Amino acid sequence: MIIHHPILGPRDAQEFVYLGDASLIDRPDGMTAGIEEFHEYLYQRTNPAGEHRELWYHEQGDRSWLVVTRNTVTHEITKVELARDVARSRGRSK
Amino acid sequence: MRYSGFRVIAEALTGHKGWKPVWRDPAPQAEYDYIIVGGGGHGLATAYYLAKEFGQSRIAVLEKGYLGGGNVGRNTTIIRSNYLLDGNEPFYEFSLKLWEGLEQDFNYNAMVSQRGIINLIHTDAQRDAFTRRGNAMRLHGADAELLSREQVRKMYPWLNFDNARFPIKGALMQRRGGTVRHDAVAWGYARGADMRGVDLIQNCEVTGMRIENGRIKGVETTRGYIGAKKVGVAVAGSSSKVMAHAGMRLPIESHVLQAFVSEGLKPLIDGVMTFGAGHFYVSQSDKGGLVFGGDIDGYNSYAQRGNLPVIEDVAEGGMALMPAIGRVRLLRTWGGIMDMSMDGSPFIDKTHIEGLYFNGGWCYGGFKATPASGWCFAHLMAKDEPHKTATAYRLDRFLKGRMIDEKGQGAQPNLH
Amino acid sequence: MSQSHRIPGGQIDRTKTFRFTFDGLPYTGHPGDTLASALLANGVRLMGRSFKYHRPRGPISAGSEEPNALVELRSGGRQEPNTRATVAELFDGLTANSQNRWPSLRFDAMAINDRLNAFFAAGFYYKTFMWPKSFWEKLYEPIIRRAAGLGSVTREEDPDAYDKGFLHCELLVIGAGPAGLMAALTAGRVGRRVILADEDFRMGGRLNAETVAVGGVPGADWAAAVVTELSAMPNVRLLSRTTVIGAFDHGIYGAVERVSDHLPVPPAGKPRQILWRIYTRRAILSGGATERPIAFENNDRPGIMLAGALRAYANRWAVKVGERVAVFTNNDDGLRTATDLQARGVDVVAVIDSREGGEMLSGVRHLRGAQVIDTAGRLGLKAITVRQANGATETIAVDALGVSGGWNPNVNIHSHHRSRPVWDAGIAAFIPGPEGPPGLLVAGAAAGLLSTHAALRSGRDAALAALELTSGPDLPEAEDAPVRITPLWHVSHGKGRAWIDQQNDVTVKDVKLAKQENFTSVEHLKRYTTLGMATDQGKTGNVIGLAIMAELTGRSIPETGTTIYRPPYTPVAMGALAGRSRGKEFKPYRLTPSHHWAREQGAVFVEVGNWLRTQWVPKPGETEWRQSVDREVLATRRSVGICDVTTLGKIDIQGTDAGAFLDRVYANTFSTLPVGKCRYGLMLREDGIVFDDGTTARMGEHEYVMTTTTANAVTVFRHLEFCRQCLWPEMDVQLISTTEAWAQFSVAGPNARKLLEKVVDQDISDAAFPYMGAGNITVCGGLRARLFRISFSGELAYEIAVPTRYGDALLREMLARGAEFDPVVYGTEALGVMRVEKGHVAGGELNGQSTALNMGLGKMVSRKKDSIGMVLSQREGLTDPDGYRLVGVKPVDPNGKLTAGSHFLEKGAAAVAANDGGWLTSKVYSPHLGHDIALGYLKAGDRKIGQRMRAVNLLTGQDTEVEIVSPHFFDPEGERLRG
Repeated sequence: MIIHHPILGPRDAQEFVYLGDASLIDRPDGMTAGIEEFHEYLYQRTNPAGEHRELWYHEQGDRSWLVVTRNTVTHEITKVELARDVARSRGRSK
Repeated sequence: MRYSGFRVIAEALTGHKGWKPVWRDPAPQAEYDYIIVGGGGHGLATAYYLAKEFGQSRIAVLEKGYLGGGNVGRNTTIIRSNYLLDGNEPFYEFSLKLWEGLEQDFNYNAMVSQRGIINLIHTDAQRDAFTRRGNAMRLHGADAELLSREQVRKMYPWLNFDNARFPIKGALMQRRGGTVRHDAVAWGYARGADMRGVDLIQNCEVTGMRIENGRIKGVETTRGYIGAKKVGVAVAGSSSKVMAHAGMRLPIESHVLQAFVSEGLKPLIDGVMTFGAGHFYVSQSDKGGLVFGGDIDGYNSYAQRGNLPVIEDVAEGGMALMPAIGRVRLLRTWGGIMDMSMDGSPFIDKTHIEGLYFNGGWCYGGFKATPASGWCFAHLMAKDEPHKTATAYRLDRFLKGRMIDEKGQGAQPNLH
Repeated sequence: MSQSHRIPGGQIDRTKTFRFTFDGLPYTGHPGDTLASALLANGVRLMGRSFKYHRPRGPISAGSEEPNALVELRSGGRQEPNTRATVAELFDGLTANSQNRWPSLRFDAMAINDRLNAFFAAGFYYKTFMWPKSFWEKLYEPIIRRAAGLGSVTREEDPDAYDKGFLHCELLVIGAGPAGLMAALTAGRVGRRVILADEDFRMGGRLNAETVAVGGVPGADWAAAVVTELSAMPNVRLLSRTTVIGAFDHGIYGAVERVSDHLPVPPAGKPRQILWRIYTRRAILSGGATERPIAFENNDRPGIMLAGALRAYANRWAVKVGERVAVFTNNDDGLRTATDLQARGVDVVAVIDSREGGEMLSGVRHLRGAQVIDTAGRLGLKAITVRQANGATETIAVDALGVSGGWNPNVNIHSHHRSRPVWDAGIAAFIPGPEGPPGLLVAGAAAGLLSTHAALRSGRDAALAALELTSGPDLPEAEDAPVRITPLWHVSHGKGRAWIDQQNDVTVKDVKLAKQENFTSVEHLKRYTTLGMATDQGKTGNVIGLAIMAELTGRSIPETGTTIYRPPYTPVAMGALAGRSRGKEFKPYRLTPSHHWAREQGAVFVEVGNWLRTQWVPKPGETEWRQSVDREVLATRRSVGICDVTTLGKIDIQGTDAGAFLDRVYANTFSTLPVGKCRYGLMLREDGIVFDDGTTARMGEHEYVMTTTTANAVTVFRHLEFCRQCLWPEMDVQLISTTEAWAQFSVAGPNARKLLEKVVDQDISDAAFPYMGAGNITVCGGLRARLFRISFSGELAYEIAVPTRYGDALLREMLARGAEFDPVVYGTEALGVMRVEKGHVAGGELNGQSTALNMGLGKMVSRKKDSIGMVLSQREGLTDPDGYRLVGVKPVDPNGKLTAGSHFLEKGAAAVAANDGGWLTSKVYSPHLGHDIALGYLKAGDRKIGQRMRAVNLLTGQDTEVEIVSPHFFDPEGERLRG
């Protein structure tokens, strides 16, 4: 597969390490959230057959974490964003 | 009809006119006591044992494609019970014992062949870990031996002993491990279930579930609505899709695992072997093909096909271990959808919906589990309590912190 | 033997003669020959045996679809099983042997299976061999396994090299027949970067095998001229002998170039084969079509082949397969074979045309509405029996028969993303469906366009479409004959066997049996009968099988469908897929800065991941590893020892939020750590399990240096970047891995300080540099360095780091300047001994399954702040008061032996899982204590200190009475650390 890195352009997916669903960005606050919320966050997955927003890490590159929007049935990639930007847009910058 | 050598001879002499269909193609009835969603190995085994061992009737298996078309039809056919953890080992040992009597039980030769499995050791740390595991196996009544480097060399002198990046230092061996003809397992269970009155309904995809007041009433399918008192889902890589019909999210991701077969070759490898320093395992089929595999591709996928990097990675492992296979040709690759769970271990459990049961999360290890999975799922569905070897396979184990993490990789499915 | 069947013409170089042997007999051929064409030229038709019935087999094709003519090529480490003679390029000195026969190809004892074929119907083995139970593994299966397989594998290492490479282009053209050549020409002439790949050693595809004219010249000449033009274009790369094996995601194609297979051995410095990964936005599949036979009784005898192959051998290779030839066809293309052969002076005795009516060929006996119903000839065809339209049967003596059942477009690569092909009734074949791999177009016969003109036109048009061009080269004039076919899949006659899959011996009867037993899905058909599972993957037979199943079930062929097309297109050598990653080159070596010094000393090394670390450094006279390790431990504890710990991960963490960041990623607190101090850190995964540990030092107000374990150096860094970028993007914190930037040595022992004082420029007295101190220093008169007063060994110890390129020098300098302290360099074994003596956790305990509580470090998990893993570490299953706890273990009898991996059992308890108390995680021999010691995880172990149990290894029978003790065997008060 080829991932179009927002900064570096098209790169072979072999340069990246895959983590999983981009919802892993939405970590609850450990001082307020309990086991159930963390359980939901860490373990439960929507696991869609279709469009999937997921985290890839450019380990053999610039070390950016990316949010890649990829179809899990066709493997077509329709969007690639810097995870940092996504995290900020989800209000993680406090 | 009963199969036997005499029958084969008699039919051969009379032009094979007498062979009957191995299963019927019934139309779905309006309602069943039990519906098993998924006509793969686990679903068919569940139906078979429900009928045979638990005396149940009015059972249907709904299969969206053809019987045995899931992962039971595209795996590397290995059976073993060389697990480490208490939550797993009794179950897999139960499964191995069922394999040992399976063919006589369902009167079908699935070619259960216990030619042994060895896990190669390349470091002292691996030897320590395999010693722990071998002892755990023995404590659970399974067989395990630790082989020296020389013992391995005697078995397979042509492995890379003298020019290896990661030298072979020994192996953990389970002699009762081996292989089974995978399709025959599906067909044997299907035939056995059909003979006991189970309706095997092909080309029947479940498209919805009817749930009223927290209780399952039946399933919507491409062949119409079918009512049921109890519904068991055993659909492997499609677990999340099917359980979404019940509004459930699961601790599962679907991933692609590729597997490989070479051209047919005269005998080279008697048993099953796993390389401990790369992603490679191999056995040789009764037809002569080397059947081998390695890691999952590593990204969520329902595509049932993989990519080149893993094909190369597996070949590299193969060549590192077996320098003589350079001119052996890879014949075919294939890919299946693995229901990778968050700790690498499966689920056989009730759900919060009464009458709805779930069997899944088998990762890439479901084939060897087929008999025990079927038996334990049938036990759960018939008696509403887990079989004693499958008590740990609960959906709430992550909430409780009771993970069954053989590899110690944590909540990341692609690392299991 | 002379080339008795050679005729004039062809594309072979008669000026040179190659000598070769088959089954030990000498033959000759010419450059341009394949092994099959050369053997046929020598009158050899029998080349193999089938898999199940051991029926005599000759080639049925002239290409890569060949199921029959498989040989073992070459010998020794280069022996290649199952090589298709039809694509094996002849070279001088080639040796080949037939396979799957005993004692000889002509007389094969296993052919008894053929006599017993009634017993070997499809799937017979599923119904028998079950009684008595033990006989399967002891008797039946060994017999079956011995009989299995075709060719045999050498046990020697493959001596040849394989390479891999990347190629990029704007247009990949797969197949260099008329369509592919036209496509490449269209793109090449406008300067686009084109790769044209073809599996053959001569580009041109069917044009080389046909007599059709293109642009007024013979097709082969036109192809040669185009190839010449393309090869002069710098923007075009021609890859002949290159098979595109698969279409993968996002325009990545795999291809295997057979660089040296046509030579006796690869030239010096050249690989045997190269695996290319071709990256392209657009590709055109112009891989042609494959002819299929018709099933009739005994249609498998050597001498019976595809009609197109028969004329390919005549036209391209100047070989007449027989003296008296017949053709059996259901379509017009078969007639071409008769015409071409006749034109070359071959005696065509009859054309058996299953179609009624229509035009008659002139000058040949053309039987309309006729079918071949049987054949004769044990080791090769001698006669055919024909049933004519009027029902009369006739036996005709022939020694070759060309069969044409129509042509199947090679849709494989277009279907590699699992799109299903669609049925084209006009040509009675499957053609590529609408949904293929993105960017892949199809042209020519692969698209079902079977005339030369249509191929040329579609090749050009596909290139225009792919590259969004408006005009291309003019099309040369060429035939545009319509496809006229009346499908005939099998001849309904008699009770004999009619083959569909000639390698696996699947016959029409087997398909009927599958239907009778309700294996009617096309996948069931394949799996039950093994149809299409042979080395050719059913390229010629599959469609016939499913057409017959369609006929039997009353479904249409498209309703019946195809099985799934999977890579590779043709089988690929494992060596090519592995490339250079084999032997010692399987993975790269990472070497430590002290490696060269250690090698000079004759050190023993150990693989730790990709690192090669010093395991111990033997001294003269030491014959057993324990002598060296014990000496290293004792010398360290007596005076001073040095160990290369560069492999530990090192991460610089800087920024105004660095301390707060560390508080979130470590279970314990770091923001309160004073500048110039280190602290032991415990890092959890989010699931509350211990991830890693190490010391982190505060080098400045906003500057920390973290160390990780060797094993987790990469994953910890990845995790920290995840935390930084995804979880807390607002934090001012920057990370960089410096693992490879710093060489780091542990200097441990009572004289550690004294030794370091010889190299360190600053005051490092206990007052100036106390226990757990850290700071930037200089050594040897100004070289920047880092010093940490930390200890893994329990001794007064430091870790000193210098830029990696000075690591070797620093080690030598410390040894030289500190010689008076008799320093020892110790390896990973001594390191392990000392850390177990001290009760520090490492690999065996940091197993990814253990919590801080398990390790006796539960109090380190602060609840006063949010940190990764803090919440989920509190789950009930992880806080069981009776759960595993880290303990020390020593044998009650000092001579008692321990083994890591042994399990704890109470005295007198049976060895069953219910009594399993836990296991020994690490074991060493302590030279200090004079006996084995171990660490272990024991259930409720914290409450069992002082108790006696057994450590049992059931794999060896070792059963040792042990005492459970504190894990801190050595200097439990830590007095030496602070010395």
